[in-house]
Amino acid sequence: MHSFYEQIEAYEGFDFARFLEGVSLRQVDGVLNKDYLSPHDFLALLSPAAAERLEAMAQKAHRLTRQHFGRVIQLYTPIYLANYCVNRCVYCNFNHRNDIERRQLTTAEIEGEAEAIAATGLRQILLLTGEKPGKDALDYLINAVEIVRNHFTAVGIEVNPMDVAAYCRLAEAGVDSLTIYHETYDRAVYDRLHPAGPKKDYRWRLDAPERGCQAGFRAVNIGALLGLNHWPSEAFFTGLHASYLQNKYLGAEIGIAVPRIKAGPGAYQPESPVFDQDLVQILLAFRLFMPRAGISLSTREPAELRDHLLPLGITRMSAGSVTAVGGHIDENADDGQFRVSDERSVDAVREMLIAKGYQPVHQDWHRLA
Amino acid sequence: MDRLVIGGRELKSRLFIGSGKFADESIIGDIVAQTGVEIVTVALRRVSLSGDGDNILRCIPKECVLLPNTSGARTAEEAIRIARLARAAGCGDWVKIEVISDNKYLLPDNNETIKATRVLAEEGFVVLPYMHPDLYAAKELERAGAAAVMPLGAPIGTNRGLKTKEIVRILIEECRVPVIVDAGIGKPSEAAEAMEMGAAACLVNTAIATAGNPLVMARAFSQAVEAGRLAYLAQPGETTEYARASSPLTGFLRS
Ligand code: SF4
Repeated sequence: MHSFYEQIEAYEGFDFARFLEGVSLRQVDGVLNKDYLSPHDFLALLSPAAAERLEAMAQKAHRLTRQHFGRVIQLYTPIYLANYCVNRCVYCNFNHRNDIERRQLTTAEIEGEAEAIAATGLRQILLLTGEKPGKDALDYLINAVEIVRNHFTAVGIEVNPMDVAAYCRLAEAGVDSLTIYHETYDRAVYDRLHPAGPKKDYRWRLDAPERGCQAGFRAVNIGALLGLNHWPSEAFFTGLHASYLQNKYLGAEIGIAVPRIKAGPGAYQPESPVFDQDLVQILLAFRLFMPRAGISLSTREPAELRDHLLPLGITRMSAGSVTAVGGHIDENADDGQFRVSDERSVDAVREMLIAKGYQPVHQDWHRLA
Repeated sequence: MDRLVIGGRELKSRLFIGSGKFADESIIGDIVAQTGVEIVTVALRRVSLSGDGDNILRCIPKECVLLPNTSGARTAEEAIRIARLARAAGCGDWVKIEVISDNKYLLPDNNETIKATRVLAEEGFVVLPYMHPDLYAAKELERAGAAAVMPLGAPIGTNRGLKTKEIVRILIEECRVPVIVDAGIGKPSEAAEAMEMGAAACLVNTAIATAGNPLVMARAFSQAVEAGRLAYLAQPGETTEYARASSPLTGFLRS
């Protein structure tokens, strides 16, 4: 099958460092004057020279976002259904080798979590699990989807990659969005960070968003886990991937996320730290390259920073997140997948948005039964 | 008297507004009060049909015609289902068909729009289809029972103005139903231009909702739409390529 993989292969041996160093301020200014950016224009915005034009990029990104999305921000939150996982991703606390308490919510517990979250007013939900292959895991997920869709108007999943048939079954059960991060587009780094388990299969994961588009999910969100590898090339491939999917599957809403790795209780330290200024540059470059793509910002980032990032292109934010399995109904739940930084309640996030002149939107989709 | 009648209702205001991008939807009441706007579109996908939470429908004054739109629909079938859902939820009989299966430019799909229009008009809806300006499609929509046609002035949300002017002008000349310019209009002067050409109305969302002062911008649009309509009715004088001096220099030749 023709896939994004071929585009990545075309960059084999491409000297990112040399290209980025060679970008001049004049070139960046030229890109800022364009309406439609080529992939190399986009890459130029990830250069050190572009870092000197952050304010100009921010002004344009803000204008474009307001124009296309208005003054509204979608709110959503995750439910961690289970933390069983067969993989050994070295950066993740749910890693198979980690000695943590493993559990999977029961039907009653899922119902309880959904009720607790729905009581905060949220109507868009994202279901997460670790990777547990097999039919049982799929049936479990489908059961969870059927439960939560009674409480929420939009149901997303962030789970292990699946084949088109499984995605179709999930879409039928009521899932309308798929989120899947490729973690790192660099094959060598990918291989090193995923020492064992099905996740080792780079290509299977890389093509998952495309299989999601083929299965007809309304929205597909992608991203790289920032901090695993040198960020300009990761951001570049993420943008290229998003634009590949958007061009090929016009009916799908392709969104981008910018998750920055957090040191979990397992104390993984990012190998290639992404500083706040870098994160800003990545966000702005995405917005200028894909003016109509949704951009999500999670509670991995601290409250104050989230408030500042808001006008730079963000269209979706999580709120009231808990990353522990059962964390909404069980106060003694453990540490979760990573520590949440923005611990504000849904109400507090809503108030912040209103104070900043935004309308918090809880519902942006109707399930057509 | 200059009347605009759609779906049996006579409308005094020729400015229609969208409600999708406001920081605070309660401003819609003030806009309606100050400008006399009578038609407000609402994306049904944003309306909480279970009646809980903040409900945008509460922000729309009773005297307005609620125009639910089918945004989010990618096919005729989805648009039809959304329209029926809207009617069942008490949103009335009017519906703006939006079928968009291209998330890159958000261009409307005329074929699917025609199919949806046919079915819904048959079911008694007052159907206002958002369309890509194209004469054949506009005539087909007319035959399908559309109460008006709504060609885009420029891609949605771009504020680029009346880029499709030449084709919209042809639609105005050829269509028997009102032609309402929808999408792309960024400035009151562009709305005035569409109205001077003979458009029946303009629908504006982004340009008002994202203005520094949306209320004042709504007033500006309302006056521009009115001025443009008056100019159209007044039948502007001809434009010529050379000056017509009031005291011609060659006049002696004619005597
Ligand atoms: S990142 Fe996902 S697949 Fe990897 S260990 Fe954590 S839960 Fe498992």
